[in-house]
Amino acid sequence: MNTNAVSADLPIEFSEVNIDTGGLTILRQISLVIDAGAPTVFIGPNGSGKTTLLRAAMGLIAPSSGRMTWGGYTQSSPLRRAIVFQRPVMLRRSAFGNLHFALGSAGVTRSERQRRANELLSLVDLEGLGGRPARRLSGGEQQRLAIARALAREPRVLFLDEPTASLDPAATRAIEELIRSVSASGVKVVMATHDLGEARRLAGDIVLLHRGTIVERGVVDQFFNSPATEETRRFLAGELLL
Amino acid sequence: MPDNTSAFHLLLTRDPALFSIVGLSLAVSLTATVLASFIGMPLGALVALTRFRGRVFVMVGMNALMGLPPVIVGLAVYLSFSRSGPLGSWGLLFTPSAMVIAQAILVTPIIAALTRQTIEDLWLEYRDEFSAMHIGAFKRISTLLWDGRFSLVTALLAGFGRAAAEVGSIIIVGGNIEGFTRTMTTAIALETSKGNLSLAVGLGVILMGIVVLVSALAWGLRRAGERFAG
Repeated sequence: MNTNAVSADLPIEFSEVNIDTGGLTILRQISLVIDAGAPTVFIGPNGSGKTTLLRAAMGLIAPSSGRMTWGGYTQSSPLRRAIVFQRPVMLRRSAFGNLHFALGSAGVTRSERQRRANELLSLVDLEGLGGRPARRLSGGEQQRLAIARALAREPRVLFLDEPTASLDPAATRAIEELIRSVSASGVKVVMATHDLGEARRLAGDIVLLHRGTIVERGVVDQFFNSPATEETRRFLAGELLL
Repeated sequence: MPDNTSAFHLLLTRDPALFSIVGLSLAVSLTATVLASFIGMPLGALVALTRFRGRVFVMVGMNALMGLPPVIVGLAVYLSFSRSGPLGSWGLLFTPSAMVIAQAILVTPIIAALTRQTIEDLWLEYRDEFSAMHIGAFKRISTLLWDGRFSLVTALLAGFGRAAAEVGSIIIVGGNIEGFTRTMTTAIALETSKGNLSLAVGLGVILMGIVVLVSALAWGLRRAGERFAG
């Protein structure tokens, strides 16, 4: 994997960030630096704040307090960041039409869109399905199309929220291969998952969240082989963190 | 039982007067629906997607205007286009154009209110994706209208149904002039008042047939569209 990727959007830095919504604190006192390199993976039980952290890093949610910067700037244009949600919504048009739309919103000229859409379909191994209504594709195909749509804006950072949730092993493997390929091309991948096996297979570094706080962060081997906290040890042992 | 064979006889013999009435009815109602959709759909989408002070009042107003009394609209249009009215110089009173305008006024709130509901529901589904893709306001509206097109057929049908069945406003602004502004509904009203029930009932059956046919076509279009577009 290319660990030398450089981006104007990176590093993404959280300094004592709190995020409250509806009277609840979702993230508390998050201090974290996400820099170029192999994928950063957020893990943790349901409700631990993984999705909120991803959305905040994408710039979709503003912190209630604390400070966030992208490449050192508090206000950064998010045009070179992209996110794939856990349940991506397909527009009611063909797979090709979805890519055309994303390319158009990314400012790609009309004459270029055809070529780029074909390239993206090929990248996610959906050639031949371009004309099919996107909502009629299988779950795995829709997820790959969603990643292709995100890549339409040639992001420097790609956020993925549980990209293989509820997919079968074959579809999961296809998505993981795609993530490796995207990461190897120099795009910084930041993803959330509750699947420890997937985290181990894909991550460069791991952030364990619980109840909105960071329990531990570490390089993948160190995280799995010699966890620093008791909570991490219990989580890796399959115990329920309550 | 009224004898309703005369209208069908006129239909079977392709009576020019009857076809003129049916043709004008369709032309006025369809034109009014199209005109109302050009105004009502973007308006409904705009209200669905924007937050502003007094939005609730606008929404309540739109819903209330769905029940706008046709005779009130007819009277307002009549006063506007009458010789001494502010738009009297346009010379539209007692023309099909005035009838289209009156019907468009009646239909616009229906299409706008139903569009607002449809687009608001769709927006809940699309909001995150559009925010992530940095889609601008105009593009949001046009995309949501396009993606909601099959649901919006229902709004168009409701609008067309209201227009096609309406008599109160067009009889005021059109004058029910034979061969010029007489539609099926105004002809039915006239023939009923004259006691010519057979023709009135026959025209009513034809009108119902047309409304059912248009609904069936729209339904078929929607099903086919959903099948091919997903």
